[in-house]
Order: sequence, then structure tokens, then C-alpha cells
Amino acid sequence: MNTPARLSFTDVEVEYRSRGRGRVRAVAGVSLEVSPGQIVGLVGESGCGKSTLARAAVGLSAPSAGTVEYAGRPVTPLGWRPRSGAEVGLQMVFQNPYASLNPRRTIGSQLLDGVPAAVTGSARRARVHELLERVAMPTSAAQRYPHQFSGGQRQRLAIARALAPEPRMIIADEPVTALDASSQAQVVNLLVGLVRDLDMGMLFISHDLALVHEIADVTAVMYLGRIVEAAPTRELWREPRHPYTRALIDAVPQIGPTPRLPAILAGEVPDPANAPTGCRFRPRCPHAFAPCGEQPPTVDLGDRSVACWLTDSATAPTVARSL
Amino acid sequence: MTTLADPKAERALGRRRWLGRLRGGSTSRPVWRQPITVVALTILGGWLLLALLADVLAPYDPLAQSPDTYASPSGAHWFGTDSLGRDIFSRVVHGARLSIPLALAIVSLALLVGGLLGLVAGYVGRFVDEALMRLTDLVFAFPQIILAMAVTAAFGPNTRNAVLALVIVSWPVYARVIRSAVLSMRGDDYLNAARLLGVGPIRALRRDVLPNSIGPAIVLATLELGNAVLLLAALSFLGLGPRPPAAEWGSMVALGAQDLSMWWVSVFPGLAILTVVMAFNVLGDALRDRLDPRYTKGR
Amino acid sequence: MAPLLDVDSLAVTLPSPRGPLPILHDVSLTVDEGELVGIAGESGCGKSLTAQTLLGLLPPGAAVTGSARYAGTELLGLDARGWQRVRGAGIAMVFQDPSAALHPMLTVGRQLTEHMRVHLRMDRRAAGRRAVELLDQVRIPDPERALRAYPHQFSGGMRQRVAIAIALAARPRLLIADEPTTALDVTVQAGILALLERLRAETGLAVAFITHDLGVLSALTTRGYIFYAGRVVETGPTGSLLTAPTHPYTAALLGARPHGTQTGATLRPIPGAPPAPGEAPPGCPFQPRCGYAEPSCGEAPPPLTPAGVDRSVACVVRPHLEVAA
Ligand SMILES: Nc1ncnc2c1ncn2[C@@H]1O[C@H](COP(=O)(O)OP(=O)(O)OP(=O)(O)O)[C@@H](O)[C@H]1O
Ligand SMILES: Nc1ncnc2c1ncn2[C@@H]1O[C@H](COP(=O)(O)OP(=O)(O)OP(=O)(O)O)[C@@H](O)[C@H]1O
Ligand code: SF4
Ligand code: SF4
Ligand SMILES: [Mg+2]
Ligand SMILES: [Mg+2]
Repeated sequence: MNTPARLSFTDVEVEYRSRGRGRVRAVAGVSLEVSPGQIVGLVGESGCGKSTLARAAVGLSAPSAGTVEYAGRPVTPLGWRPRSGAEVGLQMVFQNPYASLNPRRTIGSQLLDGVPAAVTGSARRARVHELLERVAMPTSAAQRYPHQFSGGQRQRLAIARALAPEPRMIIADEPVTALDASSQAQVVNLLVGLVRDLDMGMLFISHDLALVHEIADVTAVMYLGRIVEAAPTRELWREPRHPYTRALIDAVPQIGPTPRLPAILAGEVPDPANAPTGCRFRPRCPHAFAPCGEQPPTVDLGDRSVACWLTDSATAPTVARSL
Repeated sequence: MTTLADPKAERALGRRRWLGRLRGGSTSRPVWRQPITVVALTILGGWLLLALLADVLAPYDPLAQSPDTYASPSGAHWFGTDSLGRDIFSRVVHGARLSIPLALAIVSLALLVGGLLGLVAGYVGRFVDEALMRLTDLVFAFPQIILAMAVTAAFGPNTRNAVLALVIVSWPVYARVIRSAVLSMRGDDYLNAARLLGVGPIRALRRDVLPNSIGPAIVLATLELGNAVLLLAALSFLGLGPRPPAAEWGSMVALGAQDLSMWWVSVFPGLAILTVVMAFNVLGDALRDRLDPRYTKGR
Repeated sequence: MAPLLDVDSLAVTLPSPRGPLPILHDVSLTVDEGELVGIAGESGCGKSLTAQTLLGLLPPGAAVTGSARYAGTELLGLDARGWQRVRGAGIAMVFQDPSAALHPMLTVGRQLTEHMRVHLRMDRRAAGRRAVELLDQVRIPDPERALRAYPHQFSGGMRQRVAIAIALAARPRLLIADEPTTALDVTVQAGILALLERLRAETGLAVAFITHDLGVLSALTTRGYIFYAGRVVETGPTGSLLTAPTHPYTAALLGARPHGTQTGATLRPIPGAPPAPGEAPPGCPFQPRCGYAEPSCGEAPPPLTPAGVDRSVACVVRPHLEVAA
């Protein structure tokens, strides 16, 4: 198996059919790549399609257009066939540690689910203990049930389970959103440490921009089903090129000597069932101008890409250069 | 555990909620220690003992007729005798042997059939689910007893067909409860996580879905045991159940109902039905209180 | 002027299968008219329980000592009637999960007006008018239409604003907000914070804001309380509290945050976990996790003592602390 365990999305679209709202295109054309050894952060408001993309990445839902490939092969939706071989190299850590562990099975039994069949006999138990040690939990945790652990500990156990089949790529869908600041730091450190040590790739989804800033090599900003900007994290933070990225950064509350309210982004997150025409951010964008009635193309600027008419040299008004 | 989204399943479980109030509601005592639960367990234990030891305990052969008809309760005949001079106490005791196992059989069969169908409907979803749910709606559309009468009348009135009829009228409720439990967990991430680790769908169904959905069905089954005793009695009351002269409580009540001045003929089997039904209900209620987080707060 | 809310030496003990568990110890705090006060600390430190105490929502069997005076009335020991009065027009509450506060099957309008008709004895018309006014006040677009909508038709942020509108219906003077933005995005959170600040400025509403995000604490509130294991360990004006902490726990909480200064840095979590109720060590509850602990820390829980302008800290060592970022 020589193909690198890269995860790539090409023009992925995912639609939900729902009563009343008709067809909802929750992901509307996303191209993104995550390589082994790389942490890609994905940020965006609630409902913009982050989880939908994550689920499509591992095959929990099927894209209606475009392709998701892992290690050079298309990811197939879960069906009647058990996942095997290279497929289990792609794992997911879920947002809610209270729902992602079965309350009625011991931790050990749930970890064993992922231990490869090639490992047999007493080596299986040894592997479970090894996994628990890796996430800094006592080996006695194997005999206990999920409710005996706090949220942060559960998330560590869920991470141990995801590590069981020795994955090469991890999708982490808001793994720390349900935790308080200190447990967040513990879990994030653990995840990042593991990804670096084991040379895995990780797609880290969060709406906490500050957190993503801290850990991601590359950050992709999603708005209403599309990626509006992707760039090396440092550059994205230093010089955001998309007005929405700017708004997200400004909305992070900062610690300072006097209270200072974070900037407000006008308007509501639109319903993806009737997304605005043209640039989807237009109704809320402080810089919107004439060309924005058309959907902006994603412009490749070397190591970063932006989908905004402001970055297009042909249309950009000179005043709007600095956001 | 799971909460149920299906109103019909919900109703099936909530039907006898008043019994909870009878027990005094929110006392902090564990349900197994509450006096009414202890009483119910004792009653059921007593009936089981009577059923097991019927041959030893019953003073007379339950089928033996005697010239001493319509004897009122006395030292010789504790519960009196019926129109054919049969000892009612002996018949009631032997009746436990018939009613309780039959009720158990009805409920287990219905649980098995309904549970399996519900599991499949909930997990597979789509048209399988749609078809099964319409079928349950069809059954729900008739009052249970009417449907059961129709089925037994069609197949011929005897014990086997009565049991069959009662299974037919009662499986849908288990199907709905289990399906709704499965549905509410189908999106649960622990299932997804297991599947991503390489666990196949059948194993996931058995190890992750079934144990988490069986709880409400067990509670319901206990509650339904009382109902089964009652329905069976009703069928035999109408002459559609176990054939005479078998000592079945319902048919014994029917016999007495012909002339109410001989109250003992119907009252004693009636009381037997009442105590068993109540005891099962109290027990089911206690089980629900233990298993259902909505009735017991905390971890 | 006496503070609007004055909590003094509050202690709460909850029943548990293993006997009574002391959860809050010696909590004192004040909120002035029109003041934004923050309460922060890790999960399980007793923030919500403090709020529940102030609204008379403690579970049965809870034992409470100390005092909590609201506008001169002692709250502890009120009967059901007294609480009804306090909750109606005095203290209102907003929770983390707005869906829990809203009935899914009733329209927003029904829930808003029902509240007013019961608590304020308003007639249908007046209640309807006020409902529109309230929704407008919390910046729900097209309030008339919103009144006829069901909660699920709103986004999370809008739902939280509706919950705030309901809390404001009876014109409370103190709003206790228990992590109202924890489940929301930064952009939506910014809107809620601005809304609370505007309500304070326009109507003189006092807000006790519970959070575990120190950034939110700093951005919104003027005075803060840091809770640890059911105690107040440090308090003071938020600005100085968070830029120059004097308690090792406050500093450690600050250190665990993402700093936003450089990429690739690792976070510095606080080692270990807070003690479970009833399992706190005899001395300073933070001792097992504290990098500055000395033998004297193990003797008794340090009392909150004045330290600098308007500030108090519960630490016997008072080490020199590096200021994080
Ligand atoms: N099963 C579903 N059926 C119909 N619509 C759905 C379904 N799941 C999600 N959606 C819709 O798709 C859109 C994207 O949802 P998604 O959960 O991917 O957002 P998200 O970015 O993960 O948000 P959050 O931060 O709240 O988790 C939303 O508008 C949501 O309402
Ligand atoms: N009804 C209860 N019975 C027993 N213990 C309880 C009860 N409610 C809360 N506790 C305990 O009291 C402590 C304080 O809980 P509280 O909910 O106030 O924490 P919190 O600071 O609000 O945490 P979070 O940030 O998670 O909301 C916790 O240890 C909790 O386990
Ligand atoms: S394309 Fe126009 S509307 Fe869209 S983000 Fe850029 S400036 Fe704003
Ligand atoms: S009293 Fe001691 S243990 Fe407690 S915070 Fe201060 S230095 Fe640390
Ligand atoms: Mg999501
Ligand atoms: Mg809380």
C-alpha cells in the first residue's frame, strides 16, 4: 500500500431531502485536501455544513455530486458490508462524548471493536491497555462504563477507540465543543500530540477560531456550504482576505483591561434551503458591491485560496483592499 | 436509555401511569422496597406457588362433578361449588396453571414477533418500515378484543387459536416500542463509530441496538401480562377460549354470570383475575420506574 | 446604596445516596443595580447551583445556610408564594440550552403572552403588544410573524434571544444567565453579549453572567468571581482580575486558553481534575493541582481576604504569578 493516506474532497455536494423544506444543499461544492502529518482546521458558523462534510468524508452520508477519496480510493457509504482493510484507516471523533459511547457496554468491549482481527488472544487485551495508556487513562477504565467518566475523560476514551484500528487520518467534528476550557486544553493537546507522534492527518472541525488558530497548519473557513477562504493558519489570521473570515476573527471575545464587546456580524445565518443568489455572504457583507450578484470563483493565490470578488484584480475596488 | 418519539408507543407505556400515583409518586425509596411493589410480588409469588402445587393444594379434582351443586362457601368447599357441583377453590387454583402460563406464552410470542419486526423496521427504515407501520396501524384500528374474537371465530375456538389470536392482536405494540427506541438511537454516534471501526450491521444490531432498545419492551411486556390474562379470560368468557370443562377463570366467571344470586361462582375466579392483573401492572410500573430515566432522575 | 443582590456566606449541601454532599461553601457575592457581573470556573464548580439557589430551584432535600438578600428581601426560606413573586418580577433566568426553556409544540407568541398573562395579569391584547415589543427589543426580525412561529423554526441564536425575551417579559431587575452562549457560535454570541449590554444600559437591568469562557467574562462584565470547588477563590474588577490574577487557579485558567499569539504552540491544561464534591482535600481545594503549594496550604481552606483595589483572593501563599499573554 504505497498510496499516501490523503483525504481529498473534489467539488463535493451533499443534499438532504426533508419534508417542508424540500431539498437542502448543506454542502454546495467543496474542494479540500488533508495530507498525512497535516492538521487542517475547518471553521464556520453553526449550520454551515461542517458536520455534513465530515460525515460525507467517512461515508456516513453519500455526496450527491463530487467525490471524496481516501488513500486514492473513493470512500463508499456505509452499507451492509463491514468496513475492512484500508477503509478503517479513516476514523472519526464525534462532538458529543455522551452519545458517541454506548452506555451499556464496557469501555474495553467498545475499544475491542476496533482492534484488528489479526491481533488475537491475550494480545487483544494488551492492545486495549496500550490504547488507554496512550490517552492517559488508567487501564482499569476497560472494565468500567461510560457514565462513570466525566465529559473530558469520555472524549479521551472516544479518541482511544478511534485509534484502535491504527488510523492514518482522523476527522474530529467539534471534539471539544462540549467541554470546559481546561478539559478542552487537555483533549486538544492529546489529539494534536497523537497526530504529530503517529504522523496522522487530521481534519479538525470547530467553531472556535482561537483554538483552530492554535493548532492547525491550514485553516479553511466555511460559509453556507462553501469554503470561502483557505490558507496557512498564520497568514489567514494575520491577513484575512475574505470579509467573513474578518468577521469571525473580530467576533472572538478578547481578554483586556476594560470590557470590550466583540464586533457583531449583521444579519442571521441564512437557511441553506433558500441560499442567497450570487455571493452567498452578500446580504451580510459590509463590502458587497456590484459584481457580488454573481457567484465569485475560488481564486488560487499560491498557498491560499479565496472566493470573493474583492480579491479579483479585475473587479476589486481599490479602497476595499484592507478589510 | 431512550425516549420514545412514537406517540402510539408512548401511549402503550404511559397507559397505566395512574398506578404510579397510587404508589405515592416521588418517594425516594427504591421501587423494589415500596410496599405496593412488595405486595404485588408476594401476590404473584403466591399464585405461582399455587399453580405449581395445584395437585397437592387443591382438595378436589377440578373437573369432578358432584350432586352438591351451588353449595355456598363453607368448610368443605371454601369457595363453594358451581352448577355441576365442582369445587370452585380447586378450579381457581388449577386455573392459575392455565392462565398464567398462557399469558406468559402470549406475551413472549408477541414480544418475539413484534420485537424482531420492530428492530428490522427501525434499523432498515424506508419502505420496510413504512409497510410494517401501516400493518400495525391496521391492527391498532380495531379494538383488541373484537379482532381477537374475529380471529378465533375464523380459526375455530380452542386454546391454541385463542393464544394465536392474542399474539396477533398484541405484537404491534412491541414492534412500535422497539422500532421507536431503535429509531431514536439510529443516529446515535456510538453506532456510527462502531460501524466505522469495521463492525458489521448484524453485529451492531445485536450488540449496540438490541440491548438499548429492549428495556421499554420488557416493561411493556410485564404490563401486558395482566392484559393477556384479562383478554384470555374475556375470550373464554365469550366461549372462544379454552373449551369447557377446562378450569379457565374467564369461562368460570361466565358460568357464574348466568345467575348472580350465586355470587361465589363468578366472584372468586373474578378476584383471581383481578389480583393477577393488578400485580402484573404494579410490577411493570415498578420496572418502568427503574429503567426509564424520565421517572427516575439522576444517573 | 445596598446592592440589589447580596449573597453572604452561602453554603449548600445536597442529599446523595452516600449521605449529604457539601457543594457550595461560604459563597459571598453582590450584584448592583445595572451591573454586569461574571461568574466563571470549571465544570462542576457550583456555578449553576448558585443560580438555582437564587431562584429557589434547588432539588428537594437541599440544606442551605447563610443569607441571600434581593432588594432587601431574604430569599432563603421563602415559601412557594414568595418565590413566585420573586421569580415573576424580580429575578429571571436564562439557561444554556434554549430548547429546554421553550416548549416545542407551542408558538413563540403563546409562550410569551401566557407568561405575561399569568405573571402580570395582562389581557390578551396588551400581552400581544408587549410580546411584539419584547421580540423587537431582542432584535428578532419581523416580530409579528415570529409570534406565530414554533421554536424549531428559529436558529439556535434566535431561540436564545426568544428565551431572553421570555425572561424579560415580567420586567425583572436581575437576570441570571447560566452559560447562555456556550452552545453558540462566536458571531451569534457577540450578538447576545451586545444585547445584554444594551438592556443594561437602556433599562438598568442587572445581569449575573455565568460562563467558563474567560474571554466572554472580560468582554462583557465589569466585575468577576472565579469559582473553584464550590468556593469563590478570587474576585475583583474583571479587567485587573484577568490581566493581573493573584490566585494560581485564575492564572492556570488563563493559561489553558488558546492565546492566539502563535501557531503550533501547545495549550497548557491544568493538570488533574477538580475534586468531586465531598472529596476536596482538607486545606486549599486547589492544592493537589497547584504548582505553588506549600505545607501551610494543607491546613484549612484559605479565606477570601482583601488584596488590592476592590479585590479579594483566597490563597495563603500569594505567589508571584507570570501574567499569561
Ligand atoms: N438530516 C438532515 N435533514 C435535513 N437537513 C439537515 C439534516 N442534517 C443537517 N441538515 C441541515 O444541513 C445544514 C448543515 O448542517 P450541519 O449539521 O452540517 O451544520 P454544522 O456546520 O455542522 O453545524 P453545527 O456547528 O451546528 O454542528 C443545516 O442547515 C441543517 O439544518
Ligand atoms: N441534584 C444534584 N444532586 C447531587 N449533586 C448535584 C446535583 N446537581 C448538581 N450536583 C453536583 O454539584 C456540583 C456543582 O454542580 P453545578 O451544576 O452547579 O456545576 P456548574 O459549575 O454549573 O458546572 P457546568 O459548567 O458543568 O454547568 C457538581 O459536582 C454536581 O455533580
Ligand atoms: S464577493 Fe462581495 S459579497 Fe461576497 S464576500 Fe466578497 S465582497 Fe462580500
Ligand atoms: S493556598 Fe496554596 S495550594 Fe491554594 S492556591 Fe494558594 S498556593 Fe496554591
Ligand atoms: Mg456540526
Ligand atoms: Mg452549569
